[in-house]
This record gives sequence, structure tokens and C-alpha cells, in this order.
Amino acid sequence: MYGGGYIFDKLQDNQVNDDPEKLLLFEERIARGEKIEPRDWMPFDYRRQLIRLIEQHAHSEIIGALPEGTWITRAPGFKRKLALIAKVQDEIGHGQLLYSAAETLGKSRENMINDLLNGKSKYSNVFNYPAETWADVTVIGFLIDAGAIINQITNSKGSYAPYCRALERICYEESFHLKQGHEGLVFLATGTFVQREMLQDALNRWWEPIMHFFGPPDKASVHSEKLMKWKVKMASNDDMRQEFLNTYVPKIWELGLTLPDPKLKKNTETNKWEYTEPNWETFWQVINGNGPCNKERLKVRMWAEEHGRWVRDALKTNQLTQSVPLA
Amino acid sequence: MSSLDPRINRLELPQIPGGEILKNQEHWITYEVFHIKKRGDHPVHVGCVHAPHPDLALVFAKEQYGRRLACVSLWVCKSSDIHAFSMEDEDMFYSAVSDEKKYRDASGFKVRDKINKFKKGNSDALV
Ligand SMILES: [Fe+2]
Ligand SMILES: [Fe+2]
Repeated sequence: MYGGGYIFDKLQDNQVNDDPEKLLLFEERIARGEKIEPRDWMPFDYRRQLIRLIEQHAHSEIIGALPEGTWITRAPGFKRKLALIAKVQDEIGHGQLLYSAAETLGKSRENMINDLLNGKSKYSNVFNYPAETWADVTVIGFLIDAGAIINQITNSKGSYAPYCRALERICYEESFHLKQGHEGLVFLATGTFVQREMLQDALNRWWEPIMHFFGPPDKASVHSEKLMKWKVKMASNDDMRQEFLNTYVPKIWELGLTLPDPKLKKNTETNKWEYTEPNWETFWQVINGNGPCNKERLKVRMWAEEHGRWVRDALKTNQLTQSVPLA
Repeated sequence: MSSLDPRINRLELPQIPGGEILKNQEHWITYEVFHIKKRGDHPVHVGCVHAPHPDLALVFAKEQYGRRLACVSLWVCKSSDIHAFSMEDEDMFYSAVSDEKKYRDASGFKVRDKINKFKKGNSDALV
């Protein structure tokens, strides 16, 4: 899935002494639409922000598999169970691809996982909410994956080659996630009264996290100009949110379902969607560890590392020397 | 802590100790993966996996890169065993595509104009 609402570091203009000549060549290369490869010279801040971005994205894939993973044993019917297993496996695979892409920038996978477990690295906020019913799983599979696809297609046009290559593979698999999510959601929406109620309840609960998904409104983020120029950030949060609303709100409404925002509508003059700003205070609260599931997610992840350790140790050979992936 | 997932409630979830939880190389080293789509095709680099040795690298490569789409085989090799030119030196390959080396290329040899001219000049004589 998933990488909405990235949190970038403050850009630190004065602390870095990037060679101005090399910086110029670098920026010209990006302006020409060329990609940057791991061994190329790059500005200090470019490397730092990319590690942060790709690492958050990788964590989001891994943690994102947890709320859905809990439903594998309870998925209604064999086909849905198989599809959910396949999807969750894909998400873990996405995490692996992204960790490797981040590793090309010089941070080891172990350090990234340490930072995740220590709460230093973030992941997409939506995964700090519980999947209470099967309807939640269909809402996640349809709408959260939809958001992720918008985000990932946008990012795949960025400047850092290993990240783009990983995203290309990922986007291919996401199309299956979206379709199976949509099918599950339509099944409930066109089902019995109780099924529709269950789905409506899930939509009501997930709407705010979904509105948070692409991150705070543009007017609140002041650091994106250089990141846009370097093609690290490829579209503004608000633009991606608009694209999401424009494509997916009609697909909810056509099923006679509602979204819990009376102001939500498309302004036919501006062609923009109007909505009530979600509570951004809640967003920051959850990012900083106080969401309903933050602790559970990290502890389950910790459990997995602890319980996998003896297997990893058993397989360890004597002559391992660290190397960085090439491409 | 009570989870919505009954299996999680049955676990004894650990406290997170903080500091360095995983040591470097606890996730082993990286292998580059090459994918062969069908018999007769070149292996194409598709990414990498973490593994302790080549056998397991192949297993992980199959999970990661052979899960979808056609595949008849995969290759793996240690990332550190790959030797490459620096992309900064890309200009040294320029001559291969420059016009100066047209004599290496089929398009550097033109005969049709001459043949046509020859035919035209001789058409009377040939009758
Ligand atoms: Fe994913
Ligand atoms: Fe996904």
C-alpha cells in the first residue's frame, strides 16, 4: 500500500556544504528529467529526505499488513481468504522492495527497523486504527489502497531511480488490491440491510483517517519547494487529496452510501471538491503515538522480530560482510 | 492491552527495550536478483533480496520476484560480487552512438542512390 502523509525533516539550508558546482549539475540533470542512481553525487539533504521518505513508505507497507492480517483467519469464504493472504503477502513484499531502495542510500535495514520499533520513524497514520469488522477490510482494500495508488503513481515519477523502479513493481500489484477491495465493498453494498449497515458504519469510522491520509493541507507545510524541485515530492498533499475525492467519492455515492461530511461536494465552477477539514490535532496526536493501535502495532512487530531471531541466527553463516544493494 | 484480534490477545507481547534491537547484518546480506521471463530470454535485473546464502536467496527471490508474471528461472548473486562502471563516467560510452562511428553501423553504408543512378545512366545502353 501505502504512503500518504509523509513527514519530512526541516530542510537545513546552512548546515550543509554541498559543492555548488556539483549541486548545479545535479539540479540540471533532474530538470532534464534524468534519474539519479545510488552512486551519483547527491546533496546531503536529498539523501536525508529520501531515506526518510522511502523508509516511512516501507514501514507503512509492513505495519499496514497488520490490521488486514488479523482478518485472514476470519475472512468470509475461501476465495476471500486466499485473496486476502495474497494481498497481505504483496504488502510485505512491497516493504522489502522499499527497504532495499532506502538501503541504496546508505541506511541498513536493521537500523530502519530499530528506528521503527523505537518510535523514531513514522509510518502512515491510517494503520493506527483498528479494523473492527469485515466491512473495514473492504474499506481499507478499496479506499486506502486507492489513496496509496494515487500516492505511489505520483511518486514513481520522481527523480530517485531505485525508488521509481520499486514503485513500478508495486503499482502493478496494487491494481489487484484495488479490485479485490472494490469487489468486497460492492458485495456488502448490494447485500442485505445488515451488510449495508455494517459497511456504512465502517465508512463513517474510516472517513477521517482517509482525509488525513495525504497529510496536512498545503498551507501548513512550508518546506516543500526544494523537495518539489528535486522531484522528491511530486505533488502537493491537497492536489492528491483532490484527485482521490474526484475519483472515489462518486464510486461510494453511486452505491447509495454516504460519507460523514455534510459539506462534501464538488464545486462545479472551480471543479474542486469542498470538504470540512478533518481534525488535524487528532492527526498529530496519532502520529505521535497516541492513536488507538500505535502500541499494539509496534509490539506485534517487536514480537515478530524476537520470535524470528533464532531462525535468522540458525541460518547465519560465518562470512557475512555488509554490502549495499546496487540498483 | 486488549486487541480486536484474538490471536494477539493470546500472545505475550514484549516490551520494546529501546536502543539497538537488531544488530547490523542480523538480516544478512543482499543478493541481486535476475529474472528470466521465458526460454531464450536474457536474465534481467529486477532487484535484490536479503539472505544468508545463495540457496535461501533463491527461495526469497522466488517469493519476491516470481510471484506474478511469467518466469522460467531466476539468478542470484551477491551484491558485492557485481562490478560496475560508475555512472559518472557515462560519457566514455558516447562514441558508440556518435555519428563519428557510423562506419560501425549498417546505416553508415548507402548503396541505393548509386544503384539507381547507375541504372538510369545505363538504361539506354542496356536496351
Ligand atoms: Fe502496498
Ligand atoms: Fe496495497
